[in-house]
Amino acid sequence: MSLDARAPRWLFSLPRFRGGAAQILALVLLALLIVFWLLLGDQLFSVRALQSMAFQLPELGILSLAMMVALLSGGLNLSIIATANLCALAMAWVLTTHATGAEGAMWVGWQVIAVLAGVAVGTIVGLINGFVIAYLGVSPILATLGTMTMCKGLSIGLTRGNVISGFPDPIVFLGNGTLMGVPVALLIFLALCVPVAILLNKSPFGHRIYMIGSNEKATRYSGVDTKRVVLGVYVLSSLLAVVAALVMMARFNSANASYGESYLLVTILAAVLGGVDPFGGFGKVGGLLMALIVLQVISSAFNLLNFSPFLTVAIWGALIIGVTGLSVLFESLGWRRR
Amino acid sequence: MTLAVSRPALSPVLQRFGRSHEFWLLAVILALCLVLSLATDSFLTLQNLFDLLTSNAFVGIMASGLLVVLIAGGIDISFTATASVAQYVALTLAIRYGLGWFAMFAIAGAIGIACGAINALFITRLRISSIIVSIATLNIFYGLLIFFTGGKYITSLPKFFRDGIWWFEYDDARGTPYALNLQILVLALAFLSAWLLLNRTNIGRQIYALGGNKDAAQRLGFHVVRLNFLVYGYLGLIAGIASLVQAQLAQSVTPTVLVGKELDVLAAVVLGGASLTGGVGTVFGAILGVTLLAVLQNGLVLLGVSSYWNQWFVGLTILCAVSITAWRDRRQRSMKSFA
Repeated sequence: MSLDARAPRWLFSLPRFRGGAAQILALVLLALLIVFWLLLGDQLFSVRALQSMAFQLPELGILSLAMMVALLSGGLNLSIIATANLCALAMAWVLTTHATGAEGAMWVGWQVIAVLAGVAVGTIVGLINGFVIAYLGVSPILATLGTMTMCKGLSIGLTRGNVISGFPDPIVFLGNGTLMGVPVALLIFLALCVPVAILLNKSPFGHRIYMIGSNEKATRYSGVDTKRVVLGVYVLSSLLAVVAALVMMARFNSANASYGESYLLVTILAAVLGGVDPFGGFGKVGGLLMALIVLQVISSAFNLLNFSPFLTVAIWGALIIGVTGLSVLFESLGWRRR
Repeated sequence: MTLAVSRPALSPVLQRFGRSHEFWLLAVILALCLVLSLATDSFLTLQNLFDLLTSNAFVGIMASGLLVVLIAGGIDISFTATASVAQYVALTLAIRYGLGWFAMFAIAGAIGIACGAINALFITRLRISSIIVSIATLNIFYGLLIFFTGGKYITSLPKFFRDGIWWFEYDDARGTPYALNLQILVLALAFLSAWLLLNRTNIGRQIYALGGNKDAAQRLGFHVVRLNFLVYGYLGLIAGIASLVQAQLAQSVTPTVLVGKELDVLAAVVLGGASLTGGVGTVFGAILGVTLLAVLQNGLVLLGVSSYWNQWFVGLTILCAVSITAWRDRRQRSMKSFA
C-alpha cells in the first residue's frame, strides 16, 4: 500500500506494448543511462548536454506526433515531412517578402499572416490526403506517397531547390530561444502533447480514432461516420506537421524543400517503439514521449562519445528489433509459466 | 470456319484484358508516347529508347524483385540499403583480390540473400509488420555501412568492369553504335526470371496464395516461413545484382546514392497494379509501371520543362493513378454486389 502510493502512477499506466514493452523501455532507458554514465561520467547530465538534447528533441517529437495520429487510425502518413517543408516555405515566403520591410503593427500582422498561410497550406494537404484515403479508399501508404512526392515536387519547383532564409526575431526565438533555461521549442512540444493526449483519450473524436484503428468495419456499423473521422485524422496530422515546420524553420532560420527528410522513417520507429501498434488502435502519447527520450539519450551520448551519427541510426533500428524481440521472448516465457 | 472456332476462345481473353488494370496503363503509356513523338523529334529515336532502358535499369530490376514480395503480402523497403552494402563489399573484394564477373555477382548476390534472410527472420519470428522490420533493417544496414566505410567513394573499378559488356553491336545510318549492354541484359533477365518464378512454378502459385490469404495458405499445408525466406531472399538477391549493374552504369560506388530510392521503386510497382495487401500483381504490370514513370520523366525533359518540376508531375501521376484504381475497384465491387 505504502509502496504503491509512493510509486509514481504514470509508471503503471504506461501503455502496454505486446505484454509490457513499456516496462522494457523503462528498463532500457535505465540501462542506457547507467552505461553512458559509466562511459561519460557527469558529462551526459551537464546543463549543456541536457539543453542540447532539449533543443533536438522537439522537431522529431512533433513530427512523431503527426505520424502517431495517422498510425493510431490504422493508417500511415508518409507526407508529413514534405508537408512541413512546403508549409515552412509558404511561411518563409510571406515572412521574407512582406514582414521584413514592414513596421510596427504591420510587422506583427504579417508574421501572424505567415503562420496562417502555413496552416492553410497544411490544411489543404491534409484534406487531400483525407479525401483520397477516406472517400476514394486508397491505401494510406500509396495516397501519402503520392502527396509526399507532389508536395516535395511543388517545393522544389517553386524554389528551384534554393533556401529561403532570414526571419524576424520572434520567429527565430521559437526555435532558438529559452525561457528560464528551457528551450522554447521544447515548451511548444510539451504544450502540444497535452492537448493531443486529451484529444486522443478524452474526446469522442479520439475514441473514434482508436476504434477505427482496431476495427474499421465494426466502427462504421456502430453508426460512426468513419470517413469524416479519417478525414479529420489526416487534417490533424498535417496541422501537427505545420507546427513542426514552424519549429524547424525557426531553428535553422531558413526553409528548404528537403530539410529533415531522414526523420521520416525514424518517426515511425519512434512511434512503434513507444507502443503504437503499427496496425492501429493502440498507443499513448506518454509511450511516444518515453521512446523519444530513449532515442535522444542514445543520440546525445553517441555524439559525446564521438561516434558517427550513422551508427546512432543503426542502433535506433536495432533497438526496435531488440525491444520487440524481448517482449516476444517475455511473452513466450509467460505463457510457459502459465 | 477456323475463325468461328477461335473467336469464342479469343474474345473473353481480350475482354478480360480490356477491363484489366494493365490495359488502361498501356493505353495511357501509348497515348503519352504518341503525344511525345508528335511534339518532339527526339523521343521516338533508337538513341532515346536505348538511353531510357539503360538509365531506368536499376529501378526496373529492383521493381521485379519488390513485386514478388508485394504479391506474397509483405513489403520491404530495406532493399536499397541491401544494394548499397552488396555493391560496396563486392567491389571492394573484387578490387583487392582481382575477382572476375562471376565471383563479383556471386558475392553481391550472397550478401543480398543474407540481408533478405535477416528481414525474413525478424518478420516471421518477431511477428511485427514487415514495414516496421524493413524500416529498422534499412537503418541498421545503411548506418553500419556508412559507419564502417566512412561514406568513401570507390572510383578505381577494375578495367573489365568499367568496360562492361557490349554485345551485338549495331551502327545506325549516322554511325552511332548501339549494343546490348549490361543494364539492358540484366533488366530483361530480371523480368524474365520474375515471370518464370511467378507464373511457371509451383512456388509462384504458393506466393500468390500466401499473399491472397495467409491463413488459408497455411491450412493448405504451405510452408509459410519457408516461403517468406524465399521471397525476401529473392528480393535481396535481385538487389545485390542490381547494385552491380548500377555501379557499372555510374562507373563508381557511392554508398549514399541508392538509399532514398526505395519509395520510387515502390511507386512504380504499385502503379503497375500490385496491391499492398498481397495476392495481386503481374510482371507485365510492373514493367508498365516502371515504363510510365520513365517515359513521363523523359518526356518532361524533352519537352523542355524545367527538371525542378519533375517530381511534382511524378507525384501527381502517382496520386491520380492510385485514386482512379481505387475508385474503379470500388465501383466494380459495388456492381458485383448488386448483380
